[in-house]
Amino acid sequence: MSFLSVRNLSVHLRGGPPLLRRVSLEVAAGEVRGLVGESGAGKSMIGKAILGILPDAVKVTGGQIFLGGTDLMALAPKDRRRLIGATAALIPQDPLTALNPSRRIGGQITDRLVDILGWDRTRADTRALDLLAEVQIPDPDRVLRSYPHELSGGMRQRILIASAFAAEPKLIVADEPTTALDVTVQKQILRLIAAMQARHGTALLFVTHDLGVVSKVCRTLSVLYGGMVVEDTTVRDFFRGPAHPYSAALLAATPRYNDPGASLIPVPDAVIDAVRAEAGARHA
Amino acid sequence: MRDLYRVENLRLTVADMTRKPLFGPAPRLEILKGLSFTIQKGSVVGIVGGSGSGKSTLGRALVRLLEPSGGAIRFGGTDITHLDEATLRPLRRRFQMIFQDPMSSLNPRHRIATIIAEPLRLHGFTGIDAAVARALDHVGLPQVMSTRYPHELSGGQRQRVGIARAIAVEPDFILADEIVSGLDVSSQAQVLNLLERLVRELGLTLAFISHDLSVIRRLCARTIVLKRGEVVEDRDTAALFATPHARYTRELLDAIPLPDPDQPWD
Repeated sequence: MSFLSVRNLSVHLRGGPPLLRRVSLEVAAGEVRGLVGESGAGKSMIGKAILGILPDAVKVTGGQIFLGGTDLMALAPKDRRRLIGATAALIPQDPLTALNPSRRIGGQITDRLVDILGWDRTRADTRALDLLAEVQIPDPDRVLRSYPHELSGGMRQRILIASAFAAEPKLIVADEPTTALDVTVQKQILRLIAAMQARHGTALLFVTHDLGVVSKVCRTLSVLYGGMVVEDTTVRDFFRGPAHPYSAALLAATPRYNDPGASLIPVPDAVIDAVRAEAGARHA
Repeated sequence: MRDLYRVENLRLTVADMTRKPLFGPAPRLEILKGLSFTIQKGSVVGIVGGSGSGKSTLGRALVRLLEPSGGAIRFGGTDITHLDEATLRPLRRRFQMIFQDPMSSLNPRHRIATIIAEPLRLHGFTGIDAAVARALDHVGLPQVMSTRYPHELSGGQRQRVGIARAIAVEPDFILADEIVSGLDVSSQAQVLNLLERLVRELGLTLAFISHDLSVIRRLCARTIVLKRGEVVEDRDTAALFATPHARYTRELLDAIPLPDPDQPWD
């Protein structure tokens, strides 16, 4: 079985509509799976459900999430948090809001090692230094003593990557980790994430709206619309010709600088109507 | 073609409050470091660069939301560099702006018709209702939208309202600052197609600020690349993409992930 296995996961806004409709996906050790879709498709919601950080008003109403073979839903909340904390981590979108502005970087990396894994301070500090070197931060000693505002956006994102890999998780959820960055910095960060993932053999679930990014870092992908997986395929097959009309429409709406003459086709209403009907028919 | 804008050695500094001593003035931080370029009437110019390159500051100087600290901006023959607000007022109809985030640039308490009518009223137009209806038509929004509030519209529709408000007063120039970066690809495609059509039909002169080179390539005939407040390249878009002269332009192009797994990306 894959390290992460999500089966028929349904999530509802309390007293409201379904946000995820029987979502199933697998991520094996060492696999990078892209989770793509437009805003509101539910891609971040899947990541949050897996990490147990859904907003209070959102509840899991069906299905199962297996981490390393253990069904998270079958665990008591405390045990669930411990298992997630020990085996999974998040690389968040906005490196500025994800870091505490009033604390130095060092403690923010070592907290989880000390609090969740019970490491002693010295061991955690050494690990933090090694990690900063691994994510190619020059002068790691100084950076550990810095505050977030003293560092650039790219530097902050490197720190969050280091932090995510700190406890050697088996699974990392990266939620639009480069959306806030310049393209040149984005490229460095994506290559860094890919290199770290390959070296550590981590399973990576990569949430993004950017099909260009997917084609560079992922091997498999799930396309979402309206809280439903409309296509589960390999990156190679997807870019050779997506199977679902909605996926094909998404690709046709994406501009490419090397093909400026191609007409840019917004997702046609007929495709939206069809995929909506499909989602509506899938009882969550 | 006639130059609509003529920008010469444009400089703009702001007070660097992070380095302000407790007493005394803050040191000046130079954002724009002597830019020179022209924008011809009827052309579509892309302005691209990384964050902090000064592209938004440049845009805001062009429509005189900011006052330059040196150099000159001539608009249609008039030097607008240091004009005071009262003198600028009648000129403002002629250069309009579309903002990045329609949710914060459209008044949430006003109906769409009121939002589009506001600049028409300010500039003393008559036949405002008809002008609002025309503007909605131009951007492809149904007339029923005029009684809605911004929150009732989708992101793409809200951005169309921003465009309708800008074109309603029949300006000579429109500045669009990252107007598609908050949109999904489908809405982005709609807005880009709309802009292409408006440029054709209304003969708009457009400066389009974006960090996305694929969008610039699609829409703009000419591209200005900014880096740290300086123009590093200013050329015909097709030529610039085919053979970038500046190293920075090359770096930007190489960094774009095309939706194609076979594109070399190292």
